[in-house]
Amino acid sequence: MTDYIVPLILLTTALWSLRKKENTYDLLLTGASQGLKLLVTLIPTLIILLTAVTMLRASGALMLLSRFLSPVFSFFGIPTETALLVLVRPISGSAALAVGADLMAQYGVDSQIGRTVAVMLGSTETTFYTISVYFGAVGIKKTRYTVLAALIADFIGFFTASLTVRLFFPQ
Amino acid sequence: MVMSYIFVGCLILSVFSAVLTGNGGALGAAVFQGAQSGVTLAISIAGALCLWSGVGYVMEKTGISKGLSKLLSPLLHFIFPSTRTDTALAGSLSANICANFLGLGNAATPMGIAAAERLAKNKNGIATDELCRLIVLNTASIQFIPSTVGALRASLGCSTPFDILPAVWVTSLCSAGLGLAAAFLLGKVWRK
Repeated sequence: MTDYIVPLILLTTALWSLRKKENTYDLLLTGASQGLKLLVTLIPTLIILLTAVTMLRASGALMLLSRFLSPVFSFFGIPTETALLVLVRPISGSAALAVGADLMAQYGVDSQIGRTVAVMLGSTETTFYTISVYFGAVGIKKTRYTVLAALIADFIGFFTASLTVRLFFPQ
Repeated sequence: MVMSYIFVGCLILSVFSAVLTGNGGALGAAVFQGAQSGVTLAISIAGALCLWSGVGYVMEKTGISKGLSKLLSPLLHFIFPSTRTDTALAGSLSANICANFLGLGNAATPMGIAAAERLAKNKNGIATDELCRLIVLNTASIQFIPSTVGALRASLGCSTPFDILPAVWVTSLCSAGLGLAAAFLLGKVWRK
């Protein structure tokens, strides 16, 4: 079923835009070049942060960290291996991408951990970055309960990601 | 500034743990390995990321986004009561949600900020309940196709990179829904 989702979205979008008499091909190229620009801005961050993450893993720091956090994580059914991702995700999007890529490569994309990492990345956002961009732009000083509510949403995301992967991909 | 502290923190932690566990040799090798894997990662996700940006752009330009926002309006009225009277606000809010939905983060932010500006007007820098809910909705990320993650999985040799979609949808809905519920409750008890 899910095999056909992406090809069908491609087909439907292209057919619809032709029906609307739009230049589908030109629009695709414009959008793709915007994607490339986004990627270029990401590259320096990916290099610097993957250096830091690889060093953390090689030094054994990640192992120590997950051992330290494992009681809390296992209580909520979140794989301990994802500890660093959970900690980094609300702070930096590209750092989370780097940590996630590292985890998927290490444990395998189709492993329980690899899938959990992917679902976590796909269903949460860079909370602190978003809050600072929005409130900075419109001049909000008193944020009241925004950070708390946003972090609750994040936590539920991490928890549910672990749960849905266990339910949808039993091993 | 925050990232500087995090980066230095990572380095201190690495050197310290390497000394503790005797992994000094691995640490030295990891420095350039890590830097190289940054480039490898960027190149390996480039194709899928660009393709999807293209498809999202077509959806935006041909009015598919507009159609989606019409479907959204009942939900919008419920979460943001001001949209019943303020049509400009309703417009930028639904555009923001749709762009997020289609995975167009870059397009979503300006429209979200436009909505936030209308919500923050004459509020003396204090976040209103609706403004808090807008933030929660944006930080919970409801995405139909998480293209970057899909690209990442495909680049690591996964033959069905999007088999996680149902799990992502359920997770997004839970975190956005319960996050909004938490915001509604907190708005009732938190002092203005």
